[in-house]
Amino acid sequence: MSRRVRMWVLVLGGLGVAALLFAASLDLPEFGGDRHPYGARAVEAALARHTANVVSAVNFDQRAFDTLGEESILFCAALGTVVLLRQTRDEHRVRPEPARVAPPVRRYALVALPVTLLIGLYVVAHGQLSPGGGFQGGVVVATALHLLYIAVDYRALERIRPVGLYATADAAGEAAYLLLGAAGLVAGTAYLTNFLPYGTFGTLASGGMVPLLNAAVGVEVAGGVVVLLASFLDQAVEIEDAAERTGPGETRHPAPPSPSEEKPT
Amino acid sequence: MSVLPYLVAGWIFLIGCYGLATSRNLIHAVGCLAVCQASTYVLLLAVGYRDGGTAPVFSDLRPGARPVVDPVVQALTLTDVVVGATVTALLLALVVQVGKRHGTVNPDELSELRG
Amino acid sequence: MNDVLIVLALSLVAAAATAAVLARDPVRQSTVLALLGLALALLFAVLQAPDVALSQLAVGSVLTPLMVLLSVRKVRRKGRADGRERDTGSAGQTGSAGEGERR
Repeated sequence: MSRRVRMWVLVLGGLGVAALLFAASLDLPEFGGDRHPYGARAVEAALARHTANVVSAVNFDQRAFDTLGEESILFCAALGTVVLLRQTRDEHRVRPEPARVAPPVRRYALVALPVTLLIGLYVVAHGQLSPGGGFQGGVVVATALHLLYIAVDYRALERIRPVGLYATADAAGEAAYLLLGAAGLVAGTAYLTNFLPYGTFGTLASGGMVPLLNAAVGVEVAGGVVVLLASFLDQAVEIEDAAERTGPGETRHPAPPSPSEEKPT
Repeated sequence: MSVLPYLVAGWIFLIGCYGLATSRNLIHAVGCLAVCQASTYVLLLAVGYRDGGTAPVFSDLRPGARPVVDPVVQALTLTDVVVGATVTALLLALVVQVGKRHGTVNPDELSELRG
Repeated sequence: MNDVLIVLALSLVAAAATAAVLARDPVRQSTVLALLGLALALLFAVLQAPDVALSQLAVGSVLTPLMVLLSVRKVRRKGRADGRERDTGSAGQTGSAGEGERR
């Protein structure tokens, strides 16, 4: 197909989808309407189980099994990224040199790092009380660590970030979620059903299993994001293949070269 | 006003698809996919909004004092935002791998290489 | 008042999404994606979804653009090596060829 024909197909398809979307939007419940049957029931259930943040209650109690699926997608995506971006045999590492950072940037980043880290941990810990939770807080914690890359340099970041440890944390978070679900079976209820006492409304220990599952997700997300960023940073900063260092050679392989053929020079 | 949010969601989806189809750089295409994802967030939250409603967090709100917006769609969106980012990471890793093996991330040149 | 805010945030999101698609250079696109993330976070806050706004703020304005930039850097370095140019610039990351140390 020539580019012209492809453009026409795209335009036709786009117009068709646009027409369907427009027709559908006329039939959707009116924006800002008062009827939210699922929402009302979710709020009732969350209040009955002493969880102040209804969104967390939906995620970690009412739809906990669904969150298990989402979490597993996250885990598998992080795993796949690590496998795809690992160092192959025809690549080698170049130690990054210490970089000079402008003093104001360094000061700002060094102040911002602990503050951001603390905010991230707070957001994870208060998931069942205030807006936040494992998913958001985990990302904040993981990105906060990378302020060290801005403040000092890549070597400093590597020192506080043993990737193996964070990869283990990622797996441990996922495992903790699975095992907490199975604990429901041991206690005599269904998988991922709340079996702990609900606690006092509005305190850290409220919501039964919600804070525990929330923390498991927080650990997993933080570990997963650190590992993701580590593999991208390694590729972008450290890892070079042989052709890049010794000058251009036969680098355009029509098929992926098997590692055994290539001898690192 | 009553259908505007849905139309905006549709527009974001369509413009993202247009970018995906006409992209000349796989990294740009992944960015366009992220735009497409954003349309689903807008749609879901628009469905759950309620006039005069407040956030479904009862730490400083007496239950029943005010109407709250739908928490279910918010929970759906919340997990998807984070999970979507890791899926974007997986796609970018694929692109990096394609760039390593073929020396280009332009889809047109890639299909020439194959044929 | 709230309606005006919602319409404003919606148009901001629509404009940012359009700009993100039309920015053909991935480096510029990553900046626009960060702006889109910010606009989305604003919209979610206006739509009374602070949980989602928080996660969108962390992911959309930091994580995704950062990963896009790092991929661009990796792919460009590779492209330059193919284009018979040595990678000489880029903030002193070359040189000091410590041989492949593996963790």
